[in-house]
Amino acid sequence: MAAIFQGVGAAAALSSLPSNSFDSKNILFSPRRSFSVRKAPSFVVVRSDGTMNLDLNPKGRRAQQFIANAVATKEDSSAASSSSKPGHELLLFEALREGLEEEMERDPRVCVMGEDVGHYGGSYKVTKGLATKFGDLRVLDTPIAENSFTGMGIGAAMTGLRPVVEGMNMGFLLLAFNQISNNCGMLHYTSGGQFTIPIVIRGPGGVGRQLGAEHSQRLESYFQSVPGIQMVACSTPYNAKGLMKAALRSENPVILFEHVLLYNLKERIPDEDYICNLEEAEMVRPGEHVTILTYSRMRYHVMQAAKTLVNKGYDPEVVDIRSLKPFDLYTIGNSVKKTHRVLIVEECMRTGGIGASLTAAITENFHDYLDAPIICLSSQDVPTPYAGRLEEWTVVQPAQIVTAVEQLCQ
Amino acid sequence: MNSASCAAKISTQPFSLNPTSPASHDRPLVSPKPASLFLGSTRKLRLSSSSKLNLHRRSGTVVAVSDVVKQKKSKSTHSLLITKEEGLELYEDMILGRAFEDMCAQMYYRGKMFGFVHLYNGQEAVSTGFIKLLKQQDSVVSTYRDHVHALSKGVPARAVMSELFGKTTGCCRGQGGSMHMFSREHNLLGGFAFIGEGIPVATGAAFTSKYKREVLKEADCDHVTLAFFGDGTCNNGQFFECLNMAALWKLRIVFVVENNLWAIGMSHLRATSDPQIYKKGPAFGMPGIHVDGMDVLKVREVAKEAIGRARRGEGPTLVECETYRFRGHSLADPDELRDPAEKAHYAARDPITALKKYLIENSLASEADLKAIDKKIDEVVEDAVEFADESPVPSQSQLLENVFADPKGFGIGPDGRYRCEDPKFTEGTAHV
Repeated sequence: MAAIFQGVGAAAALSSLPSNSFDSKNILFSPRRSFSVRKAPSFVVVRSDGTMNLDLNPKGRRAQQFIANAVATKEDSSAASSSSKPGHELLLFEALREGLEEEMERDPRVCVMGEDVGHYGGSYKVTKGLATKFGDLRVLDTPIAENSFTGMGIGAAMTGLRPVVEGMNMGFLLLAFNQISNNCGMLHYTSGGQFTIPIVIRGPGGVGRQLGAEHSQRLESYFQSVPGIQMVACSTPYNAKGLMKAALRSENPVILFEHVLLYNLKERIPDEDYICNLEEAEMVRPGEHVTILTYSRMRYHVMQAAKTLVNKGYDPEVVDIRSLKPFDLYTIGNSVKKTHRVLIVEECMRTGGIGASLTAAITENFHDYLDAPIICLSSQDVPTPYAGRLEEWTVVQPAQIVTAVEQLCQ
Repeated sequence: MNSASCAAKISTQPFSLNPTSPASHDRPLVSPKPASLFLGSTRKLRLSSSSKLNLHRRSGTVVAVSDVVKQKKSKSTHSLLITKEEGLELYEDMILGRAFEDMCAQMYYRGKMFGFVHLYNGQEAVSTGFIKLLKQQDSVVSTYRDHVHALSKGVPARAVMSELFGKTTGCCRGQGGSMHMFSREHNLLGGFAFIGEGIPVATGAAFTSKYKREVLKEADCDHVTLAFFGDGTCNNGQFFECLNMAALWKLRIVFVVENNLWAIGMSHLRATSDPQIYKKGPAFGMPGIHVDGMDVLKVREVAKEAIGRARRGEGPTLVECETYRFRGHSLADPDELRDPAEKAHYAARDPITALKKYLIENSLASEADLKAIDKKIDEVVEDAVEFADESPVPSQSQLLENVFADPKGFGIGPDGRYRCEDPKFTEGTAHV
């Protein structure tokens, strides 16, 4: 059983639920009132065993069964996480924190700066406890000045530190666009290679649960043109920790996109040190009939649709592209060469999103291998509405994915 | 503080350094020194009726250099402000700045450099006055008007000129250009095209200095950062945001405003509700100082105090230097808006002429000494041009280098290899 709850005042709702329907230790909520428009109430996603329920009926608490296979059918390194060593279970935000903490212990130059990352522990608890452990200077609570503290992070990176800049919500980093585009991406080049900017810019983005248009933005589409940066999107606790560590060890500026709705995913991850390659995609489910390329939260919509498709006799291959810039054209290409049909499922807007770039890249490189035109399912070019149903209709739903695959495989 | 510092208007508060106390409401501002203590004339400059400027709002700060020098001489009961060596160093640096910029103009009109080139003529006192007090490990952040900051910080004239010519021997391999001078060796952190975007970078460098001392335990780390920017920038959000953060964390930074009254064609007085920029320092909890930026000795005295404050960990300072650029905003600017009388007024206050006069009248140097320096600098600048002329242009193989520190960032190509392993990549012809 799994259930999804909405934000502030959830305490009352939680106490009324049957106790066997969820593990109360996994509940996360920030009962903080927001008085300013920039601080949205956070929400709760409670999960059941290793899966995530994306039941989108806001009133619903349906039994969730058909995703059960999604995680288990992984055959690559992600699956190895549950097979070789016992490992330990944790939630995605804890995995991010673990990765960050380990790197901070390993290298004293790693520091965090952002709003409420220190004493508050981070709006989504990614930095909880770190300020107590490492001090206020290494986990710096900044004033609300995104452009300036991002620039400060860049200046610190140029002079020898390895900062992590947290955007409380990725959308707030629109205010830091000057610094991210001009300085973060370009300074290594315009300085003739003299200065490196080993900065990691991270934060949650994507469409949440009725957070309104401005808190539901997908900035990967805006930043993808900036030269000199890498962009990765995490989707599981395993790759969240791995990508966080890889990003922190990279000499390049990396933007790590997290998703507001994925922070409470639970998974068993290895105890030993590991990283996930920043430039590689992840094979989620090998298949024969169609390649479905996706990332971040849409991976779960795809896996939900995959179960339906399997029941209908299709065999989709699901690839989580993970690296939004640059694309892993090897993994993607091998998949296209095998299945000859491509469906892209993303959360970006239709216009100018990651899907649009990916469609172009695949057409350019693998046109001869395609038996059908590429279908790209993206969000509607609409500011995300507040009303729940309207919000559902702006993002891609599993039913649409199923229809698209059926159409592709005719 | 000596007599030169009295010439500066200082706006500060004896506030407690507890960041949670709302300082500006509790105690009164220490008011600026009354005009009568101000060295030199306090007459307001009256321009001809066609003037579009409202210069009298810049009250009391217009001082003829000759008056200052006379006053200094008669007032000095103590030693001179500089030694002979220092004087010659300052002179040489300013002459280098001036000669270099003049040569840039020549080269631009001869088609050796292109794009936007912003010259520093007239403002040399600020660069020399501040930067010559720094150590190698201290950092300087500038704007697009950065050639002379680079030279003062120690970047060789050859490297700067080559960069302007777009040659591979330039300090940024020809990839930056006039507006993006960087030098890791000399800790010149740019060179920025958008005004205001360098100030956070400077704040970051100052943050690193604090971090090194307090987290990495490099106890002797006291590196100071100077951020140079203009009057137009002082209306930009990043300026205020960084004043706040620097004061909040007591960073080792000095904010140097080169107020030359004009942001391209926008007069400072038409753009700013309160044109007295130095007053904005105390609002954020740091001293705000106004100084005559056409007088290198005055600038140097103020700079000593501000840099010293920063180095001792007492926090940042905002220094407003009243200065003027003799040329237009850039070499593409016809410079038609500025009143010729205003230009003439400041031309009479040429900082180089003033220093020369000071050195000679105080018997610190002879005409011959100074002429020797002039000649030497001419040779340096000509050598720089020759070097730049003879340097090679970047080859195509340089196109894709330096985009990423780790070129794996270009990703994995369809063949499974990293794109940077593709031989075409090193030729610069790979498709990335």
